[in-house]
Amino acid sequence: MSENLITPENLVYKKTKSMTDRILHYCPGCGHGTAHRMLAEAIDELGIQGETIGVAPVGCSVLAYYYFDVDMQEAAHGRAPAVATGIKRVFPEKYVFTYQGDGDLAAIGTAETIHACNRGENILVVFINNGIYGMTGGQMAPTTLEGMKSSTSPRGRDVKTMGSPLKITEMIAQLPGTYFVTRQAVHTPANVRKTKRALKKALEYQKLNKGTCFVEIVANCPSGWKMTPVQSNKWMEENMFPFYPLGDIKVPEK
Amino acid sequence: MAKKGDIVIDIEKCKGCEVCLAACPNDVLAIGSEVNRKGYRYAVKVNSDCIGCANCAVVCPDAVITVYREKK
Ligand SMILES: Cc1ncc(C[n+]2csc(CCOP(=O)(O)OP(=O)(O)O)c2C)c(N)n1
Ligand code: SF4
Ligand code: SF4
Ligand code: SF4
Repeated sequence: MSENLITPENLVYKKTKSMTDRILHYCPGCGHGTAHRMLAEAIDELGIQGETIGVAPVGCSVLAYYYFDVDMQEAAHGRAPAVATGIKRVFPEKYVFTYQGDGDLAAIGTAETIHACNRGENILVVFINNGIYGMTGGQMAPTTLEGMKSSTSPRGRDVKTMGSPLKITEMIAQLPGTYFVTRQAVHTPANVRKTKRALKKALEYQKLNKGTCFVEIVANCPSGWKMTPVQSNKWMEENMFPFYPLGDIKVPEK
Repeated sequence: MAKKGDIVIDIEKCKGCEVCLAACPNDVLAIGSEVNRKGYRYAVKVNSDCIGCANCAVVCPDAVITVYREKK
């Protein structure tokens, strides 16, 4: 190759500015990093970096405030939607989001999640569903699939004794307080781009004051699932997507 | 003919997860044998067939890759 293409005019993709330069602490191949970056890109495409306030959860993404270059607040486990409610009511003109795992959002934080969505708080809830408690060592989550092995269901989830996996996103969509509810993924270039469009739409809707926007991202947890990242993405397509199908669940009426 | 592209890999951020490899239409990427300061074998370019599609950079969980593509 003779000509040097690496010049500012030829730049087509670089890390967006609402994402800091810190090296992410996530395991290799973990979907959290891509999900963070898409949310940061959506914020930058809308030019709202200075107007955005995020609430970090407890879980692997507990340190999300290191990675988003926007104002961030940490919440106690599961309480992010309650904290976001307070922030949004004090600063109604700001864009407020929570970023939560399935243990955080669908187990310990079920009450806060459902009531914030039922009140129709004008916030964006980003829900990372990897079917497991990643941070604490791969325990069963409400979202763990039937038959799926975890450190607390070593022979696989038995629905007779452990209950069925919880489709909390479909439940949320039933609530009149929610305005836009969708399920996406970040494991292929096409899915990543769709996720960004969904997050961007959700942030744009926040301006309308029409209710809660809820974006689930089905993600891998290679460490918790005990697979390589590439295997985990394939396993996710074959096992997670049939039960958690991708696509919009509730869209605003025209 | 497809436009020519090129990428820059921030090797210290790479975790060698291989997610970008599968996303590249032209098999430009592979995992090399050297390790970075974190001890990960990192992604390297193995040919000059890059078309600057940015697929690799878009799926990379660690924002390792910057992409360039010729203008005309
Ligand atoms: C009140 C309280 N209870 C329990 C914990 C322990 N704990 C930390 S993270 C976590 C689960 C996180 O799982 P999830 O929300 O699915 O996120 P992931 O780590 O998979 O991204 C638990 C139970 C805690 N930190 N605080
Ligand atoms: S434990 Fe799972 S969710 Fe947590 S960083 Fe590792 S791969 Fe990601
Ligand atoms: S996807 Fe990113 S972190 Fe993973 S091997 Fe490729 S460049 Fe490295
Ligand atoms: S920009 Fe496209 S062609 Fe170039 S290395 Fe990345 S995926 Fe391959």
